[in-house]
Amino acid sequence: MRRGVLAVLLISAAVLGGCTEGVLNPKGPIAAAERQILFNALGIMLAIVIPTILATFGIAYWFRASNKRARYLPDFTYSGRLEILVWSIPAMTVFLVGGVAWVGAHDLEPSKPIVSADKPVNVQVVSLDWKWLFIYPEQGIASVNQLTIPVGTPVSFELTSSGAMNSFFVPQLGSQIYTMAGMATRLHLQADHRGAYRGLSSMFSGDGFADMRFAVHAVSEEEFAQWVEAARGAGPVLDAQTYADLARPSKAVASFTYRAVTPDLFDDIVNSVLVANASSPLVRSSSQELEK
Amino acid sequence: MNLLGKLSWSAIPFDQPIVMGASAFMALVVALVLGWITLKGYWRYLWDEWLTSVDHKRIGVMYCLLALVMMLRGFADAIMMRAQQAVAAGGAQGYLPPEHFDQIFTAHGAIMIFFMAMPFVIGLMNFVLPLQLGSRDVAFPTLNSVSFWLTAAGALLINISLVVGEFAKTGWWAYPPLSGLQLSPGVGVDYYLWAVQISGIGTLMTGINFVATILKMRAPGMGYMRMPVFCWTSLATSLLIVAVFPVLTATFGMLLLDRYLGFHFFTIEGHGNPMMYANLFWIWGHPEVYILILPAFGVFSEVVATFSGKPLFGYRSMVAATMAICVLSLLVWLHHFFTMGAGANVNGFFGVMTMIIAVPTGVKVFNWLFTMYGGRVRFTVPVLWTIGFMVTFVIGGMTGVLMAVPPADFQLHNSLFLVAHFHNVIIGGVVFGVMAAYNYWFPKAFGFKLDERWGSASFWCWLVGFYVAFMPLYVLGLMGMTRRMQHYDNPAWQPWLVVAAVGAVVILGGVVCQVVQLVVSIRRRDQYRDATGDPWHGRTLEWSTVSPPPAWNFAVLPQVADLDAWWGRKQAMRANQDQPARAREYRPIEMPKNSATGFVIAFFAVVTGFALIWHIWWMASLGLLGAFVTVLAFAFRAQEEVEIPAEQIARFARAHQAEVAA
Repeated sequence: MRRGVLAVLLISAAVLGGCTEGVLNPKGPIAAAERQILFNALGIMLAIVIPTILATFGIAYWFRASNKRARYLPDFTYSGRLEILVWSIPAMTVFLVGGVAWVGAHDLEPSKPIVSADKPVNVQVVSLDWKWLFIYPEQGIASVNQLTIPVGTPVSFELTSSGAMNSFFVPQLGSQIYTMAGMATRLHLQADHRGAYRGLSSMFSGDGFADMRFAVHAVSEEEFAQWVEAARGAGPVLDAQTYADLARPSKAVASFTYRAVTPDLFDDIVNSVLVANASSPLVRSSSQELEK
Repeated sequence: MNLLGKLSWSAIPFDQPIVMGASAFMALVVALVLGWITLKGYWRYLWDEWLTSVDHKRIGVMYCLLALVMMLRGFADAIMMRAQQAVAAGGAQGYLPPEHFDQIFTAHGAIMIFFMAMPFVIGLMNFVLPLQLGSRDVAFPTLNSVSFWLTAAGALLINISLVVGEFAKTGWWAYPPLSGLQLSPGVGVDYYLWAVQISGIGTLMTGINFVATILKMRAPGMGYMRMPVFCWTSLATSLLIVAVFPVLTATFGMLLLDRYLGFHFFTIEGHGNPMMYANLFWIWGHPEVYILILPAFGVFSEVVATFSGKPLFGYRSMVAATMAICVLSLLVWLHHFFTMGAGANVNGFFGVMTMIIAVPTGVKVFNWLFTMYGGRVRFTVPVLWTIGFMVTFVIGGMTGVLMAVPPADFQLHNSLFLVAHFHNVIIGGVVFGVMAAYNYWFPKAFGFKLDERWGSASFWCWLVGFYVAFMPLYVLGLMGMTRRMQHYDNPAWQPWLVVAAVGAVVILGGVVCQVVQLVVSIRRRDQYRDATGDPWHGRTLEWSTVSPPPAWNFAVLPQVADLDAWWGRKQAMRANQDQPARAREYRPIEMPKNSATGFVIAFFAVVTGFALIWHIWWMASLGLLGAFVTVLAFAFRAQEEVEIPAEQIARFARAHQAEVAA
């Protein structure tokens, strides 16, 4: 049975690495680095875990009570050398994996900008009940449940939430990060390959959570410019009023775009207190105090 | 003013066939059990010998029974979730609407942690600790009864929520703002919070009780370094309970203040800070998993040593590892939310601390291996569970350390990989541990062994079912599937979820085998009778007394001369076989008197909790007053103890010797 499990694991790893979506099929530098770290840590640990499992089976089998050839050592209860070994093997492993963790935590800190010759694209993300709003402050447009980004260019995200906590996650691009009301988190990602990727929330946020999905379109520089132009030509304007409409709870919202966005809307969302019920969706509280 | 607060007929979900069906089934089972008790005239016996009992063994058994019943409830939730996710692919919505699915996964988590795993390990500690320590009861027997009944009161409230009102739809962490009044205005979160508050008081008192018992009530001669390892792990667990359960109570208390009195601890407005809740919750939550796993480690240590016919290898290392885990477990909570954006140094620190815990855990695994090395391993059911644990837990530990690497966690956090990981350690560790313990100590508790064949059938179903059910979840996590999805659009996930559902059915087979095992064993109890009290050639003091032990545990308190006290005494007895046995001299024993205090307080706790949940203020006041008066009545009791005459003890001992001889 153990062999079966191992076979399933190996096959699935091969399948995953090959053709399916997911964290083992990265499409950007962050996800690729994270997969490498995953493999490194796994490799270090398997070097001790597999022998331990085999030893468990081996020792339990050999020292079965019915085996007359096995030596019975009722007084074998302490050995200083073995004790040193027993403590140092896990310690060495953890020393190595701990190094991976410490270095990795610094290299791949989500708020750390990606080094690149290209100027990053800024996107402001707001999680709402139950959809995603993406504001492009420099382009002056916004989209719902659809994130279009140029390939090969770092994307700098600022994220917040209108109410419940969510987690912004595009498995094939890398790190996820929480969106929390009243504060902004930072994340930097980049897509290296053109394509459509799935994005979703990984933090449960209520009844419509399962539909908090968005499509990520990684497109060429020209296509991105075309998309921005097209978005500017159609759709409603995103201001306090239309934001209030959008903030009302709704499920499985089809993606659409806003042709213009009120400046500083994102900061207002972060600094404002938003009530999730429909009657008073946007209540200003002491934002001056908060800014202090 | 409404006399019944928020309560009305609309609170009962008549329109939901699944809920009403489950409720009707529960009502039927309860009615059948009560009817059977009445028919057989067992009420008197039940009240005198069990409900008001302050005997740690009886309380321990009741804890385990509660855990087993709640496991059936939590398991039903699991089967429903697996079935839902197996069908709700593409455009399909499955058979559970989101508002129902959300309650089910919340209830599954809350029940399995608070009302299955906790009562089970506490029940085991209750039963075993005083016996292993060579003592006649825990330090505070009546308090022990109160603890149990408060836990049962919490469990009852959770089950009431199935019929009257709703349960929380927030996930079992109940993170605000989602669990705040604005986003969760219903009574579901209140049910959850009050149920856990009430049972949490019981758990805290248990922790205090056990710490006092272990520190003060050991048999003469039992120094700390002669305590069985299960006592050490229980001590670590009890210390952790005392350290962190107040944090949980305070955290839920603050959330309740937010919800009931308009406070702003965790709200978004009024400068509340929901992130603080996440920190506080996991400051309790991570030690909690060690509260659960440490007694299981103790069980495995006892089982491996007993059935290898050898003392535990590296006892001092085991003790050191246990206490190291106890301390380190308080320093790792932030790994539950690396993705909050705390920064590289904070994430790095907590990641490394998390891995350091793996060192003492690894030491334990190696020590169990070396205990088997050179032994004569008898493959009884407890040993099967232990070996299954060693293999499974190593895998779960590895995936845990994997997720302690912050960048890996950025990809795997809240995914099904995480779900697979913690089921891997909680099923592979805690559940396998309590199952080993259940098979190991059952003969001590009831005087007959459990059926081996049904026991191993149950083990194999659980083991195979576990791998079939949870290995696909690892794969799904790597495919980017996150947890708690009522439906999903990615068709590639479905085959894996179908396999997982099949695995859950195989585990169901294991549960059924367990029930059959119990029934079969009870029917063949004469055949499986163990008169000696020491069916496994045990090493520790619980095997030195009669099975089931009398209320006073030991007619004469044992004198402990070394580690594995009972093994040592058996060796000495064998050496001195020729000498005639000296006639024992028995003295009368003072035992604590039975008390209805726990039961009555729990009754009032249920009334108070229910009233608070539904905002029925007069009833809450009455309930609190009732509980307070009960405590007063107990405080002014005239008689605390009963004396068991020496003649009765001698008679019991003679009867036992006659049975052993026959």
